[in-house]
Amino acid sequence: MSSKIKLLYGILVLIALLLPFQDFIYLVFAMKVLCFALFACAFNLLLGFTGLLSFGHAAFFGTSAYITAHLCKEVGLSPELGIVLGVLSSGVLGFLIGSLAIRRQGIYFAMVTLALSQMVYFLAVQLPFTGGEDGIQGVPRGMLFGLIDLKDDVSMYYFVLAIFLLGFALIVRTVHSPFGQVLKAIRENEPRAVSLGYDVDRFKLISFVISAALAGLAGSLKTLVFQLATLTDVHWHMSGEVVLMTLLGGMGTILGPVVGAGIVVGLQNYLANIGSWSTIATGFIFVICVLAFRRGVVGEITHFFKNKN
Amino acid sequence: MFELLGITPQGLVAQLLVGLINGSFYAILSLGLAIIFGLLNIINFSHGAQYTMGAFVAWIGLTQVGQWFGFPEFSINYWFALILVPLVMAGFGLILERTMLKRLYHLDHLYGLLLTFGLALIIEGMFRHWYGISGESYPAPELLQGVIPLESIGIILPKYRLWVVVASLVVCFSTWYVIERTKLGSYLRAGTENPKLLQAFGINVPLMISLAYAYGVGLAGFAGVLAAPIFQVNPLMGSNLIIVVFAVVVIGGMGSIMGSILTGLALGLIEGLTKVFYPEASGVVIFVIMAIVLLIRPAGLFGREK
Repeated sequence: MSSKIKLLYGILVLIALLLPFQDFIYLVFAMKVLCFALFACAFNLLLGFTGLLSFGHAAFFGTSAYITAHLCKEVGLSPELGIVLGVLSSGVLGFLIGSLAIRRQGIYFAMVTLALSQMVYFLAVQLPFTGGEDGIQGVPRGMLFGLIDLKDDVSMYYFVLAIFLLGFALIVRTVHSPFGQVLKAIRENEPRAVSLGYDVDRFKLISFVISAALAGLAGSLKTLVFQLATLTDVHWHMSGEVVLMTLLGGMGTILGPVVGAGIVVGLQNYLANIGSWSTIATGFIFVICVLAFRRGVVGEITHFFKNKN
Repeated sequence: MFELLGITPQGLVAQLLVGLINGSFYAILSLGLAIIFGLLNIINFSHGAQYTMGAFVAWIGLTQVGQWFGFPEFSINYWFALILVPLVMAGFGLILERTMLKRLYHLDHLYGLLLTFGLALIIEGMFRHWYGISGESYPAPELLQGVIPLESIGIILPKYRLWVVVASLVVCFSTWYVIERTKLGSYLRAGTENPKLLQAFGINVPLMISLAYAYGVGLAGFAGVLAAPIFQVNPLMGSNLIIVVFAVVVIGGMGSIMGSILTGLALGLIEGLTKVFYPEASGVVIFVIMAIVLLIRPAGLFGREK
């Protein structure tokens, strides 16, 4: 990592740390962006660095959201335990769905993940603990480690930020590790990776499980921030949104998904009052991204600077 | 035996008929997907939205078009819609292919999926914006209203539903016939195998690709018109159906035209049977079958391992 990029990251983290001391950006909005940014980064690990388009990531996001909500509200677990168990459940689900889905490639892979996540959606509609159409509401944020009261938005914000940075660091670490290099090799040329002797399926599966678990982490956090888990979290529109965030920000770039999540969540906040136009706008952004700038915002910027040098 | 399980034969037959109708829709839609996939290598994610659009265009033709142009008594009835709507939809498909999809052929197939996903959102969002999500009803044509009573076995068969099954089977099998048994079909099949070689023989492959996409979209529109009198015409009708059709496609394997027709029908029937014996599972049974098929035959029932 060059010193310029280190400086950029330093400035970004500093801005994030100072966010509670201003009045322009609403803290809950910032937390929402961070949750979805983590979700998109987790998704990007799979799409951008392994070359697998999963259209079912809402299943992991939503499952973890429901489990955490249920454990914190009905069982009375502390938030950290709720999150850990939520992440574990989405990791296990990721293992199950992943082992089935990696048997097919390309668009089939996308369809299989989509169909299996729709199965999770049906379960969420029918299982008694999920509350059907109402979802689980009024989830207590609780006391972190029994010490810090998360009811306060500022402490919740720092908690979300800390988790986000941890997750982000984990993804950066994974991408730059030898393991990450193998993933990129699979993305670029799978048959060659096979011929080099790598157990490609195993690498794909591990990457799928990590991605699913981190998506689950994002779901759990979102549940604690908004104190609810609903069918929206498992619906396939959510899977589509995370694809859009990654595509818009720039797939295969480290910061892209964060930028994409910021733009999409921001747009939704502004477009919320005009109802179904937000779906139409989302669709248009999708089409424009695919037709005109496939590198995404961050991808185009990096490309611009690379060409300049 | 049925009485033991608390199920009457009438109930069973009724559910089987419902299953057969759903199966016909799965068959037409997965057939359209298969044709488009064969030549364009694109999974048409907007297929569900195009089916919705077909139903809406038919409904607009019946109830709104006259008012738009100031002739309230003018309307396009069901029978005209059945021919006109698929043509309108095919034209719409042609425009999409020429202006957008064409630009993606040299890229990874995933971009086609993403583009059509975006299109699906736009179409769905527009209908939701204009007509809400409550749904509009579309009356069946007079000729097909009413039922055929079969008193000897104590069942009544709604005429319209029978018509839907017959009409979709006719369309599916004639499509199969054209593709598998005629010269035009042999060009199509050659195009899926080796477009460059076919072009060298002097065949206008880009035109063929455009027409194949238009035909697939037209099929979706046709399914939409057929569906309008059965289901409520609402913006979400397609997006709920398309995921099941994707599962059907994965199970069938999209290797053959006949495969997608048969798989579609069979899965509709299985779903209907599940509704009789274990209703709670009817929503997930197709996905469970998909999981099992993937474990045993990853390429699908009719698919070829590549």
